[in-house]
Amino acid sequence: MERSLAHIALFAAVIAVLGFLPKLSLGFGVPVTAQSLGVMLAGTVLGARRGTLAVLLFLLITALGLPLLAGGRGGLGVFVGPTAGFLAGWVAAAFCIGFIVERWRSQKLALVAGVASVIGGIVVMYAFGIIGMALVLDKTLLEATALVVAFIPGDIAKAVIAGLVTAALYRARPSSLLSRQANAVL
Amino acid sequence: MISLTSPVKTRAHDLPAGLKLALLVVATGGLARADGLAFHTGAALFSVSLYALPGRVFFTAGLKRLSILWPFAAVVLAWHLVTRDVEAGLVITLRMLSAVGLANLVTMTTRLSDIMAVVRWLGTPLARLGLNMAALEIGIGLVIRMVPVLGEKARHLTESWRARSPRRARWRVVLPLAVLALEDADRVSEALRARGGLTRPDKD
Repeated sequence: MERSLAHIALFAAVIAVLGFLPKLSLGFGVPVTAQSLGVMLAGTVLGARRGTLAVLLFLLITALGLPLLAGGRGGLGVFVGPTAGFLAGWVAAAFCIGFIVERWRSQKLALVAGVASVIGGIVVMYAFGIIGMALVLDKTLLEATALVVAFIPGDIAKAVIAGLVTAALYRARPSSLLSRQANAVL
Repeated sequence: MISLTSPVKTRAHDLPAGLKLALLVVATGGLARADGLAFHTGAALFSVSLYALPGRVFFTAGLKRLSILWPFAAVVLAWHLVTRDVEAGLVITLRMLSAVGLANLVTMTTRLSDIMAVVRWLGTPLARLGLNMAALEIGIGLVIRMVPVLGEKARHLTESWRARSPRRARWRVVLPLAVLALEDADRVSEALRARGGLTRPDKD
């Protein structure tokens, strides 16, 4: 219990700190922050249950009014704004990524974590994000997709990094990868 | 850590946090339902005037927090100029401005301790379903404490990378940062256990 809580809290803090890292600009001027990389890692490292709780804790503290989102944003406003769907998507993404990494053990970890990050961190997260944006901006799903499609290459890069970092972490400290422990469901 | 609460104390700080949140829920629901341009113009003017009430410092700080919305507003208005349906574009933009504006206003005028009391109150029924409120509160405290600590470690990692390489560190700090965080997590969990752990007194 204490170990779970400490890991959940520390990973919520990792998600916040990755948001403070300087933004990277893709070739065509789209800003990319490392924050969603933190969400992917929460899933690959902590597993479905604890990864989801880490994201929920992070979002709760953001809602309380601390500026933990990239760019120093936070408070209740971000949960009714055009990007609110993505925040809901983070929760689903962490769960989905953790679920895949916990169960798919027949391939190399870097590949599994990378593919899980693409499925959870891109397919699932964008599904939520696009629905949220379509609702707030009153656009069709296709129109909302057009508004966010430029960010997908950055997220593919993050999924690759998430896969590599997860595998390296497993090599460095096998015990720290809670998603691959025998009692991962705990 | 800097919080998003207002730089000046306002009269709204003295209103109960629960009341402000309840009003916010009602207002957001109303904004989502209504469609008329006149209604949304009035609502947006009302929201902006609430920002103006406590004076200039509050007004500028508040508007700065809303600046994240301008790119979205620009895209929506440009879009509806092209489709020749400017009224719908204005309704969407004004609705977004009022909803986010009012929510930010509640955040700016509510102290962390007050909003935590509401979380505790909302958590009471969930606690009966098995949510460990003590664990949740320790978790919130831990994150607030550890964000600056890990932030400092990330800064050191970036600096030491810079000392060794002409290239920028970027994502290369992510792995060592994750290792440091996991090490901290192990130590924190030992410390928690040494201080009596998280078992609820009623369960002993």
